[in-house]
Amino acid sequence: MPAQSASGEPGAARDGTTRPVPGDSKTVLEQAEIGRALTRITHEIIERTRGARQVVLLGIPTRGVPLAGRLAAGLQQVEGRPIPHGSLDITMYRDDLRLRPARTLGRTQVPPDGIDGKIVVLVDDVLYSGRTVRAALDALNDLGRPRAVQLAVLVDRGHRELPIRPDYVGKNLPTSQHEFVRVLLTEVDGQDAVLLGVATGGAGRAQ
Amino acid sequence: MNRHLISAADLSRDDALLVLDTADELARISDRPIKKLPTLRGRTVVNLFFEDSTRTRISFEAAAKRLSADVINFSAKGSSVAKGESLKDTALTLEAMGADAVVIRHNASGAPHRLAEWVRGSVINAGDGAHEHPTQALLDAFTIRRRFGRSGGSGTGPPGAGPGRGGALDGLRVTIVGDILHSRVARSNVLLLHTLGAEVLLVAPPTLLPVAVDAWPCSVGYDLDAALPKSDVVMMLRLQQERMNAAFFPSVREYSRRYGLDSARMAQLPERAIVMHPGPMNRGVEIAAGVADSPRSTVVEQVANGVSVRMAVLYLLLGGAEAEQ
Repeated sequence: MPAQSASGEPGAARDGTTRPVPGDSKTVLEQAEIGRALTRITHEIIERTRGARQVVLLGIPTRGVPLAGRLAAGLQQVEGRPIPHGSLDITMYRDDLRLRPARTLGRTQVPPDGIDGKIVVLVDDVLYSGRTVRAALDALNDLGRPRAVQLAVLVDRGHRELPIRPDYVGKNLPTSQHEFVRVLLTEVDGQDAVLLGVATGGAGRAQ
Repeated sequence: MNRHLISAADLSRDDALLVLDTADELARISDRPIKKLPTLRGRTVVNLFFEDSTRTRISFEAAAKRLSADVINFSAKGSSVAKGESLKDTALTLEAMGADAVVIRHNASGAPHRLAEWVRGSVINAGDGAHEHPTQALLDAFTIRRRFGRSGGSGTGPPGAGPGRGGALDGLRVTIVGDILHSRVARSNVLLLHTLGAEVLLVAPPTLLPVAVDAWPCSVGYDLDAALPKSDVVMMLRLQQERMNAAFFPSVREYSRRYGLDSARMAQLPERAIVMHPGPMNRGVEIAAGVADSPRSTVVEQVANGVSVRMAVLYLLLGGAEAEQ
């Protein structure tokens, strides 16, 4: 059983894992830059989907969900109508379930109109190996048949292990595999920032 | 969480809440067009039933199948057990077939505990004699939590709980009525509900209470009418006449009059109180038909919730890496 942290305190994610800010990391994106990146993605989505008609934004827990919410709010500001958004938990579809103790499940919440025939934009914080996105595609398959699936990420750090590429990227961040990228969001962590640091041993495969 | 689920006492408060929260999320897939997850693909779950069961066996089978596990059903009738094979030899056979989990129901208390020493997979107790039935207690707690709006995402959870994380049952008063002596459901419920913070009151004729009931974390009463106005939940138990080898009460009719829940007694309950029954029900004995079919009764919900809770248990025991021993 994973150690449960007291929820509600800053830094506590809904899956019970905290993301303490390590001392030896540097901030690569500040709050304003994250905001600008999301605004740019908003406009790219409108351009590529001809006015974001039929678009459904699905965030991947934990931090993809607030990002999807922010993108939906941005789209609504420009287009003047609400954009359906929700969350897509991929825990049960992971390919590494048997490598770790059972994980706490996140929430899947699909907008009432469903995803059949829609353009689904998956939203996640960091794109790394691509395995999360593969799991998300499997999970989508069980929910319906979208007309198209696109991918938006705040940070693309490279090192793909599967043939997957993002459609919308907040920032391309060249990294080494010894480094970790950590996205902090106000809704979950109490502040907005993207941190880059050197992973210390025993931290496992940090994103 | 332990590798096995044999007793409700094995579950800490955090373990129990994790099962209930996981079940909450899994319950949502029953609204989907495809009610299946690939999580336990390639894993084998054996249902080993030495005693009759409808609900529990079907529920475990549905839960395992929704998680894509392979299910082997084994019932004592028509197997080598009828030819005199011992539990150990049956266990070794299952072991040789590579069972990742064994769901066992047995008429002897302690059979799952013994089995856990012989097999490498997880053992889940689906009822052993008059001892325990932990998944029933979990699904009862799950049902109570939902009916009282304490599940995650309902917006009425305790302050500070994140989305998708529900609360416990602190302060709720649960009255369990009937044949406590022969009931594994009662024992598991007393242990689990106490862990989750509920106050449990047992009401039964003195002859149908176990000898060591004072050691249980609950209070005991003999008067149903006095208990009802103070109960948030009333759980009615069946008289297990197949386990009775003596006269425990003068007649079924007298029992029913003193300890049965009829419409007049239900009217004494507080407004939001619910009536539970683990099934199978004997209508007209411990519960009147009008009560069993009333909107306060959760009998059908309990069955539906059973699948979600058992999925959660299977996922948490089998879904991750094999625990170190």
